[in-house]
Amino acid sequence: MGTVFHLDIVSAEESIYSGPVEFLVAPAQMGEVGIYPRHTPLLTRINSGMVRIKAQLKDEELVYVSGGVLEVQPDVVTILADTAVRSHDLDEAKAIEAKRAAEEAMKNRESELDYAKAQAELMEAMAQLAAIDKLRKRKH
Amino acid sequence: MAGSREIRNKIKSVKNTQKITRAMEMVAASKMRKAQDRMKKARPYGEKIRNVAAHMSRANTEYRHPFLIERDTVKRVGIVIVTSDKGLCGGLNTNVLRKALNQMKRWEAEGEQLEVCCIGNKGLGFMSRIGANVISQVIALGDTPDIAKLIGAVKVVLDGYTQDRFDRVFIFYNRFINTMKQEPVMEQLLPLTDERIQGVESANERPNTSWDYIYEPEAKPVIDDVMIRYVEALIYQAVAENMASEQSARMVAMKAASDNAGNVIDELTLIYNKSRQAAITKELSEIVGGAAAV
Repeated sequence: MGTVFHLDIVSAEESIYSGPVEFLVAPAQMGEVGIYPRHTPLLTRINSGMVRIKAQLKDEELVYVSGGVLEVQPDVVTILADTAVRSHDLDEAKAIEAKRAAEEAMKNRESELDYAKAQAELMEAMAQLAAIDKLRKRKH
Repeated sequence: MAGSREIRNKIKSVKNTQKITRAMEMVAASKMRKAQDRMKKARPYGEKIRNVAAHMSRANTEYRHPFLIERDTVKRVGIVIVTSDKGLCGGLNTNVLRKALNQMKRWEAEGEQLEVCCIGNKGLGFMSRIGANVISQVIALGDTPDIAKLIGAVKVVLDGYTQDRFDRVFIFYNRFINTMKQEPVMEQLLPLTDERIQGVESANERPNTSWDYIYEPEAKPVIDDVMIRYVEALIYQAVAENMASEQSARMVAMKAASDNAGNVIDELTLIYNKSRQAAITKELSEIVGGAAAV
């Protein structure tokens, strides 16, 4: 051992790469980093770009990631890839948009939180479902 | 034969309804498979990021992220409710909303202030109807739980937590158990509980905590990033599960509807045939009676 380490590249939507690797180059935020086995623990953000992977007895492979986080442990390296393009400003804009939409929806709400009404509404829906269930059972 | 035409029309209309419910059942079945795949594909990311979070909380970090710190007083609670955008899926949304409502009632009785983030149209409609304080929302997610759409609404909640507007954050969604069974669950999102952090790695735990990462560029922003992504991954997972639940609940509901339509058609056909025969018998006896009179 000591000549390879395990690499996982995962995004929230799928697993992109998993397997033993000899050498890896990733576009870290402070500049590209090359990683060999038994690297010291490192945690860094990475920019969008190509990750170069050299597995044993294979040609170099290129994998595109749109940014994320790189975690390095002596024998395990994990890249948590983002699926969305993000930056602080972009996230902020999205948050404001989500808030605005909620406020818009709140404008035409009626009054204070009315538990009795809510409960009644839910109970009605539940009763309907229960009735349908009963009706079905009786038939068979 | 006045009644028989009406019965025939009724049968035709029920048959048309049955065609629709059949089609919806099949659409839901194919979507369910995809939704389940997506749910499974999201798991590795969740596990990996949990490992990183576990390493981080165990390593000698000089900075402890607010998501990890338990607060003494709980006065304000943030709630994330995941529901479907569309109806016709049995009791799925009703179940999760009822669970949420009961819990909210309990919290309110304890004097806590509640703010709600709604993911999905059904929950939003319900919450704004009953007058809950909705602070952010995402609707019209479609069939794929797109993380880019969730970021904004989630950020409002996370910011609320880091800015001390909430002391705790909970999430309600339907956990997918199997095609026939979905369960409404409540989970604590923030602060991150120990089991959430330790879970996976506890088997090969290293008692030695004297090491730490090298952080680039600095510890704080990197840890912030990881923590935010971790919480987002948890919410994404919940949304993915809820979507798989939605599709399978819809499939089951539509199957029941098709079966019911079949029963109704059988009954109506029976009534139709009976009334047809009755009419024939009546005509015959009239003819026979008329012949006898002559």
